Amino acid sequence: MSPSAGPGTGAGPSGRPRHHLLSVLVENKSGVLSRVAGLFSRRGYNIFSLAVAPTDDERFSRISIVVDVDSAPLEQVVAQLDKLVNVVEITELHPDEAREAELLLVTVVADAERRAQVFQLVGVFGGQIVDVGLEEVTVMLAGSPSGLDDFEELMRPYGIIELQRTGRVALPKLGGRSPSTARREQQALESA
Amino acid sequence: MQLTGAQALVKSLEMQDVEVIFGLPGGAILPVYDPIIDSSIRHILVRHEQGAGHMAEGYAHVTGRPGVAMVTSGPGATNIVTPLADAYMDSIPLVVVTGQVPSSAIGTDAFQEADITGITIGVTKHNWLVTDAADIPRVVAEAFYVATTGRPGPVLVDVPKDVSNATMDWYWPETVDLPGYRPATTPEPAAIEAATELIVTAERPVIYAGGGVLKASAAAALRELAELTGIPVVTTLMARGAFPDSHPLCLGMPGMHGNYTAVTAMQQADLLVALGSRFDDRVTGKLSAFAPRAKVIHVDIDKAEIGKVRRPEVGIVADCRLAVEALVTALRPQRAAGLLEASRLGAWSRELASWKERFPLTYDRSGPAAAAGRPGRSPRLKPQFVLETLRDATPDDTILAAGVGQHQMWASQFWRFEHPNTWVSSGGLGTMGFAVPAAIGAKVGRPDRMVWAVDGDGCFQMTAQELVTASAERIPVKIAILNNAYLGMVRQWQHMFYEERYSEVYLSPDLPDYVGWAEAMGCVGLRVEHPEEVLAAIEKANQVDDRPVVVDFRTDSMEQVFPMVPAGASNDDIVVHPSQRPGTAAGAEL
Repeated sequence: MSPSAGPGTGAGPSGRPRHHLLSVLVENKSGVLSRVAGLFSRRGYNIFSLAVAPTDDERFSRISIVVDVDSAPLEQVVAQLDKLVNVVEITELHPDEAREAELLLVTVVADAERRAQVFQLVGVFGGQIVDVGLEEVTVMLAGSPSGLDDFEELMRPYGIIELQRTGRVALPKLGGRSPSTARREQQALESA
Repeated sequence: MQLTGAQALVKSLEMQDVEVIFGLPGGAILPVYDPIIDSSIRHILVRHEQGAGHMAEGYAHVTGRPGVAMVTSGPGATNIVTPLADAYMDSIPLVVVTGQVPSSAIGTDAFQEADITGITIGVTKHNWLVTDAADIPRVVAEAFYVATTGRPGPVLVDVPKDVSNATMDWYWPETVDLPGYRPATTPEPAAIEAATELIVTAERPVIYAGGGVLKASAAAALRELAELTGIPVVTTLMARGAFPDSHPLCLGMPGMHGNYTAVTAMQQADLLVALGSRFDDRVTGKLSAFAPRAKVIHVDIDKAEIGKVRRPEVGIVADCRLAVEALVTALRPQRAAGLLEASRLGAWSRELASWKERFPLTYDRSGPAAAAGRPGRSPRLKPQFVLETLRDATPDDTILAAGVGQHQMWASQFWRFEHPNTWVSSGGLGTMGFAVPAAIGAKVGRPDRMVWAVDGDGCFQMTAQELVTASAERIPVKIAILNNAYLGMVRQWQHMFYEERYSEVYLSPDLPDYVGWAEAMGCVGLRVEHPEEVLAAIEKANQVDDRPVVVDFRTDSMEQVFPMVPAGASNDDIVVHPSQRPGTAAGAEL
């Protein structure tokens, strides 16, 4: 939990501002998401995406937050988050030290004429066709956020009817964590 | 032992050695008010829930112990949001218990339902909605722990009525288990060492003492640090009393209405030693122009304050007392080695002394002096004269509370604070109406001390009804209303920045009749219109100790607070009293 002005997770295809990914371990208590989200809005920090789910230990949930670092210094965001009583551990994940994944569902126009092309692209990206209609299909794709960006751009010309992404989740690469961070996390879990 | 949730709640408060609860009952909190009858804890029945919150704050200010308030759901709870916000801004330890509608009714827009935990997330350090009576002792223990440790602050515990009525097996948790809450305590030795080097080499250093010095009981350590190093000290609005005003190294209050020397010393400093202060905008003025040549050592127990506003050369995340004591320990050998000779700051001290001499706090004193020799021809009563007289006619450990506005600034300027925890004021939030209930809470916490509130006429009208509480409970506070018939600070800004276009600031000196109102509330009411009556009225008030006293001082409506740094301006552009401006005749009409 020692943030530094390191590289962001990169600019998106549309030249979005740089983002940082915070992996926030929280106590699994009611209202905790509201506390975290409220802190961001109250202090004027921008959330780019947010994903939350319980961890394997049911006492804790992990919130993955992509922060727009242009809205506030990351160090200040982390320090304010750390003051929330239910926040147990904050890890800033650099893109080169993290495994990131995101899930995308997209319903795209795929009439008989273009269906084969869509299916082919889905195959190339390792996605799945999860629903088929007369004129459209729904595709599920999990992968790196930038891979999803690419896929989204390729689907756009066919005509996107609806699209939903989950926001990214991430864990540190194995061996990519500093030993002290790993130790602190372990201590936090044990003392809990 | 089987207890109801309500009994467990009261017993838990007893376990925390709570001696007094400020509160007002209602439907959802009714079950908790029954065991209060049998409890050793004193309950003070307020007349408005906001009063309960500010009383708890006043109590916490002067005792250093958490203030406790208890109110019902819905409007009872929302009425105490302002004190919570006030305590959050000023880091006051407060535990507020609210009743809540029964669990089954939550979310149904039930009678007197408000989502008070949702509403107060942003103005509490933490809050809890209790869903099981068995959780009550644990939650109360956690609430007091969170409120009082680390950076102190307000917490709220919301208890639904069915939870109060349910039964549980009593227990008391010996420890609290909050895996995400790890308050800082001891300073990093490397940071202390780095700070020591800056202190030894500084030529124009200033200690910038904030409210954290008082919260950490670090006043004695601060004095030791100042005397060891010879570094002069400014005390912010929240730190008045943390360093004696009579001390030769004391420069007084900095900021928007700080004195010239304190403001300018910070501007000209090459080192600021910030102790439990947060570079508030009222202190820094225009941030980019604030103390431009100063390196900064910033001690704060809240890591998020380090670098929030001004990036320090050395940040020390620690309890203020422990950090200052560590600095003293580290600096003693330097002193012994001759590195801290007073002569190293000789030029700086002479400069500070010349500013003090040229630009003391002042006002037009010709009035009171002239009046003394010419009875019957009284000039306008100056609020500063009232404060000086009050200051000199009361013991030096008197507790002074204030509201917010001109009177508050004059009180901070013209009082002489000699002891910690003698000044009870709303700083960060700037809550008008704070003085009367806060003074009552302070007197409850320190019944051995004389407690005066200096209030404005605008402020007084916001919370005066709590004097009924004080009369009923025989809490002999004394209120000095500096009645200038205006919302004075707003008037001053309209005078200075809106071309004297006065919009909605006139209040009238006679409506209400403050003496009549005071008497109706069971207080002694006095009125003072002329300078020569001031001392006699104060002495009379000082002799009353079985009921509150209200003195209606009819002060000069035209008087303004100087010095002043206009909002958004650089501290270098400080506007001094007209008599101190070049080419201005002393005592000129403003």
